[in-house]
Amino acid sequence: MNRTHPVERTGASGGDPIVVARGLRKVFPGPVKDDPVIAVDDVSFELYPNECLAIVGESGSGKTTVARMLVGLETVTEGELSVRGESRAKGVKHLADRRRWAREVQYVFQDPYSSLNGRQRVGEIVATSVALHAGRGATRTEARGRAREILDSVGLGERFVDKFPHQLSGGQRQRVAIARALAADPAVIVLDEAVAALDVSIQAQILNLLADIRAEREVSYLFISHDLAVVNQISDRMIVMEQGRVVDRGRTAELLADPVHPYTRSLRAAVPRPGWKPVRRERLAVQATA
Amino acid sequence: MTEPLLRLDDVRATLRLRGGEQTLLDGVSLTIGEGESLGLVGESGSGKSLTTRAITRMLDPAFRVTGEIAFDGASVLSMNPAALRRYRSRDVGMIFQDPRAHVNPVHRVGDFLTESLVRDRGVDRREAERRAVVLLDEVGVRNPEQRLRQYPHELSGGLLQRVMIASVLLAEPRLILADEPTTALDVTAQSDVMAILEEQRRARGLALLFITHDLELAAACCDRLAVMYAGQIVEQGEHVYEAPSHPYTIELLGARPSIDERVDRLPVLRYDRATHELLKAEAS
Repeated sequence: MNRTHPVERTGASGGDPIVVARGLRKVFPGPVKDDPVIAVDDVSFELYPNECLAIVGESGSGKTTVARMLVGLETVTEGELSVRGESRAKGVKHLADRRRWAREVQYVFQDPYSSLNGRQRVGEIVATSVALHAGRGATRTEARGRAREILDSVGLGERFVDKFPHQLSGGQRQRVAIARALAADPAVIVLDEAVAALDVSIQAQILNLLADIRAEREVSYLFISHDLAVVNQISDRMIVMEQGRVVDRGRTAELLADPVHPYTRSLRAAVPRPGWKPVRRERLAVQATA
Repeated sequence: MTEPLLRLDDVRATLRLRGGEQTLLDGVSLTIGEGESLGLVGESGSGKSLTTRAITRMLDPAFRVTGEIAFDGASVLSMNPAALRRYRSRDVGMIFQDPRAHVNPVHRVGDFLTESLVRDRGVDRREAERRAVVLLDEVGVRNPEQRLRQYPHELSGGLLQRVMIASVLLAEPRLILADEPTTALDVTAQSDVMAILEEQRRARGLALLFITHDLELAAACCDRLAVMYAGQIVEQGEHVYEAPSHPYTIELLGARPSIDERVDRLPVLRYDRATHELLKAEAS
C-alpha cells in the first residue's frame, strides 16, 4: 500500500529544478468571518527543465490556485515557492521584476474566448508580447517579424496575422494564446486546462503542437487538468491533489497503470473506456479500495 | 412494426440569411423506442443541440423546419399551442449542461421542484414536497428536507445537476432530452450523475436522448449511438463504438488520447467538409 515515489529527475536535460514549491499554503478568507478556506495545504513539488509535470485533481482541489501563485496572480500565504532559486513567495515590488517573472513563466488559460484582447489583431497580440520581453533591442518591425515566425510555428500562417480573435475558432485562439506565451521565450508554460474546452479533433492537434514545441526548444510545462487520458498523453510526472493537499505523486504512466492511492484509483475508475459502466460515487470508492 | 416513441424523418432546418440559405440540419432521421436510450454524438457545430431544439420546437423562428417529427404518433410540427405546451411540460423532460443557467437563482430548491406540480397539475403543496423529498433521496441527495430550503448557489454543480434530474423525474415524462448533462462536471461526478440517470430511467422505463461530444461515455450509457457531422447523421446503430464503419467515426475515435497507452503523436482528423461532400456525392 505504501509505495513510495522517489523524487526522480526526469527532465531530458536533468539539472536543477526550475520551480521548487515547499510546504506551499494558500488561505482565502471564507464567506463567514473567522472561517477561512484552505485552498492549498502543504504542497511541495519541483519542476525540472524540459519536463511536463501534470497537476491532476477535481474542481476545488486547489490545482489552479497553485499555478496562480506561481505566476503571481495570487499571493502565497505560507511556504516557499521559487523559480530558478529566486523566491516568489513575497510577491513583486517593481515592474521590472514582474516582467522578468513573466519572461520565466507564462500562462495559457482554459478559455480562449476570454483570455485574448478582442480589439487587438492576432499579429499585434503576439508582437506586443515579443516587444515587452525582448528588451530595448527590438524595433517594431523586428517584433512583428518575430511574431509572424512564432505564429507560423504554432500553425497559424500569414493569413491569420491581421485577423481579430472573434474571427477565429476555439482551437485557433488557443494557438494564439500559446504563441503569445512562446513570445516571451519562457522556461515554463503553465497550461491551465488548456485543452479542456476544445473538441476532440482540435484537442489532438493542440496536444501534438505542445509536444512539437517541446521537441524544438527547451521548455517545461506545468499541465493542469482533470482529464487523465490527456494527462497520460502529455505528461512525464504527475501529482494528484485532493482538497488542497497532494495525495499521490509519481511517473504518470506508472501511476495510471497501477494506481495505489484510493483517490487516484477512484479518479481512474471514473474515466469512461471500453466496457465501462457509470457507477455511483459511493460504489466508485468501494471499487477503488477493492 | 409499432410506432416508436419519437421519430424524426428527414428533418431539415434551414436558416435564411441575407446572402442566401444555410442548412444546419440536413436530413436527420432517427427513432427512439419506449424505454430506449440513444446517444447522439458529435463535435461543436455538428447540429446535435439543434436536433434537440427541433424536437421540442424551440428553434429560433428564423429557421425553416421541414420533414416529420412525431412523438407517440402525433406530429410535433403541427401541434397547436395548447398541445405543444402539454408536450413540452408532460411528455419531454430536459436536462442541460449548465444547471445553474436553468434555475431561478432567487427561488429555493423546493419551490423550483414543486412549482409545476402545484401550479399546473393541481397537486397539494405538502404532497408535492413529499414527492420531491423522495426523489431527491433516490437521486442520491442527502438531507433532502434541508436541501429544499436552500438556494441554487449553495449547491455544488454535481448536486444541482441531481436536483435537475429529480425535477425532470417529478414531471413523469416519457422521454428525457439530456444535452451534455455532465460536460461541466468532474469525472467522478460525471460517473455519479450518469449512473443515477440510468438507474432512474430504467426503473421508470423512460426513453433517453443523450447528447454528448464524448463517444466513450455515450457508448457506456446508451443502447444505440448516432454520430453527427455537419448536420447529418453519418452512422447509427448498436455497435458504432465497437465497430465503427464511417471514416469520420473511425478518425474521431482514434484522435482521443487513451488512459491506457501513450502514443507518439495523436492521429489528427483528416475528415473535413470536402471529404464529407465527396462521400455524400458518391453515396447518392
